[in-house]
Amino acid sequence: MKRFAYELSESWKIAVAQMRSNKTRSTLTALGVIIGIVAVTLMGTAIAGIQVGFDKSMAIFGDDVLYVSQWPWKPVDDWWNYRDRKKIKTEYAEPMNRIIAATPNSNLVVAVPTSSLLRSVKYGQSEVSNVLIRGTVSDYLITSTFDFKEGRFFNEIESRGGANVCVIGYDVADALFPSESPIEKSVLINGQPFKVIGVISRQGTFLGLFSLDSIAVMPLPAFQKYFSAKSDSDILVKVKDKNRLANARDELTGIMRRVRGLPPEKKDDFSINEQQALKSTLDPIKNSIAIAGLFVTGLSLFVGAIGIMNITFVSVKERTREIGTRKALGARRRTILLQFLIESTSLCLLGGFIGLAIAYVMSTGIGKAFPSFPIRFSLGLVSVSTAVSIFTGLFSGFAPAWSASRLDPVAALRYE
Amino acid sequence: MVQPIIIDIENITKDYVMGEEIVHALRGVSLQIRSNDYLAIMGPSGSGKSTLMNMVGCLDTPSSGRYEFNGRDVSAMTDDELAAIRNREIGFVFQTFNLLPRADSLRNVELPLVYAGIDPETRRERAARVLHDVGLGDRLYHKPNELSGGQRQRVAIARALVNDPSIILADEPTGNLDSKTGEEIMALFEDLYQRGHTIILVTHEGDIAQHARRTVRLRDGLIESDDGGFGGIGMLPMDDPLEADATAYR
Repeated sequence: MKRFAYELSESWKIAVAQMRSNKTRSTLTALGVIIGIVAVTLMGTAIAGIQVGFDKSMAIFGDDVLYVSQWPWKPVDDWWNYRDRKKIKTEYAEPMNRIIAATPNSNLVVAVPTSSLLRSVKYGQSEVSNVLIRGTVSDYLITSTFDFKEGRFFNEIESRGGANVCVIGYDVADALFPSESPIEKSVLINGQPFKVIGVISRQGTFLGLFSLDSIAVMPLPAFQKYFSAKSDSDILVKVKDKNRLANARDELTGIMRRVRGLPPEKKDDFSINEQQALKSTLDPIKNSIAIAGLFVTGLSLFVGAIGIMNITFVSVKERTREIGTRKALGARRRTILLQFLIESTSLCLLGGFIGLAIAYVMSTGIGKAFPSFPIRFSLGLVSVSTAVSIFTGLFSGFAPAWSASRLDPVAALRYE
Repeated sequence: MVQPIIIDIENITKDYVMGEEIVHALRGVSLQIRSNDYLAIMGPSGSGKSTLMNMVGCLDTPSSGRYEFNGRDVSAMTDDELAAIRNREIGFVFQTFNLLPRADSLRNVELPLVYAGIDPETRRERAARVLHDVGLGDRLYHKPNELSGGQRQRVAIARALVNDPSIILADEPTGNLDSKTGEEIMALFEDLYQRGHTIILVTHEGDIAQHARRTVRLRDGLIESDDGGFGGIGMLPMDDPLEADATAYR
């Protein structure tokens, strides 16, 4: 409708003129929205970053690997039932692989035993403590997702023979060999010399909690020779088709029961874990962090909106006679409503754009200063923030604009 | 020649509630105004002349009685319908000019055309032409604070004229002007009247009312006298609608 378009452009002109003539007031009012948008946008980037980091951490586990462990990867109410379960032994892997090989059309590829504990790793005068020492077999490569920065993984002969070789994580290599290649160097783990044959490229952290790069992997026989039985063991089982994970689970459960010799009436005394289960345990936590964060930052935007509402009320009061004049000249209720809505919305949009620019600069700065801090600034975020600004403007402008549109022209014209 | 009736007011009343009291601002007023009338509404403050002006200007609706504007019943119209009537049929001139302070003359005069939904080019052109007509052809881009009082009132008159309304309603148009400038403005009204416009002046100043061809005096919410355009004061009572009709001839 043409007339509506003219009224719209007229309202826009008034809004711009109004902001120009009240620069200080407009700036101060917009500041509330600017701060609100900066807070909400930064929180948005942080949440997006957390999501990316979360997905990355989850990917470490692989979506086609099942983990046979003593404990399930979820909170349990009856922990005492799990505490007394028999430990998972690395020896299970051998009979499991035999059964897998003997099963026609098995859903499983291979079972890989792992055993881990924390020890320090030394080279010369340097020492890295709390490194995850993991004993496993050469098939570990099949179940893992990492790449090599340099060198290689140990082969089957080294694996079976329990050679004193190891593959170290990025952090360990970085700390012990800051200026040289660790390959072919000998590090001391628990007082025993191990030759470094490979360095795993950087993996990052798991949910920002601990580094995945503080690790040393060695053949299982060597691990068992030098480290006590006080280690935790798991069996990793690679699945052929990740779309048939449930079938693979059932098959694996059967195999484990056979290996453990469980009679049919007894319940499983082991847990089969997968990435998805961990995800569904952690997702609600992640989501509540996001909701709480957005709520708190949303409050600051709400305060900004109240500021806009207040200033629009003042503006309506100040311009009562102008409203009366406009009504006398033929402005309808809708016209006046539109005018003040556009004023509050354009103020919010201005604040929103400034806030976005500030948030962009800040998030880029934070990203540069702390590369590990997950921040993601996206186009989606820009459009959401713009929409939020417009909504804030409409929300805060509506009450004053409504009261302006309802003014009695006679009273408004007489208003001093 | 008998001109057609534009405004036909019959026995209208207006009551206000002020605190606990009911104020009877108008107690039954009947009035007819014909095309190309030049009418002055006079009366002391509290006589109801402002209320009558608001009714005539469609800024307000009567409590009872009938008001027809160009044959259309206004008394039962909604706010938006009244806004449309004000926009197209009535040109307001206020004592305090009521110009938008940050807009130049052209934009001030354009405003009623914006609300009428006229396209921007036509708006500019018509506003400029009307400003020329009131003698402000060289002040199109001046803002109100760059104009003298008389010039401001001319802008306001141009704004009242721009939509080619049926009547021009001027409320104490010279009240904020010195007498010399006031005379200039009255000369402009005289000129508009000569060109066929219908003008209603609301004033309490006798000298200003003298310019009009017909004077209606109000007192206590009633019409005290209506000279019917014959110059005499209180010639005929207005209580009888039939007689009132008769007096409306000029």
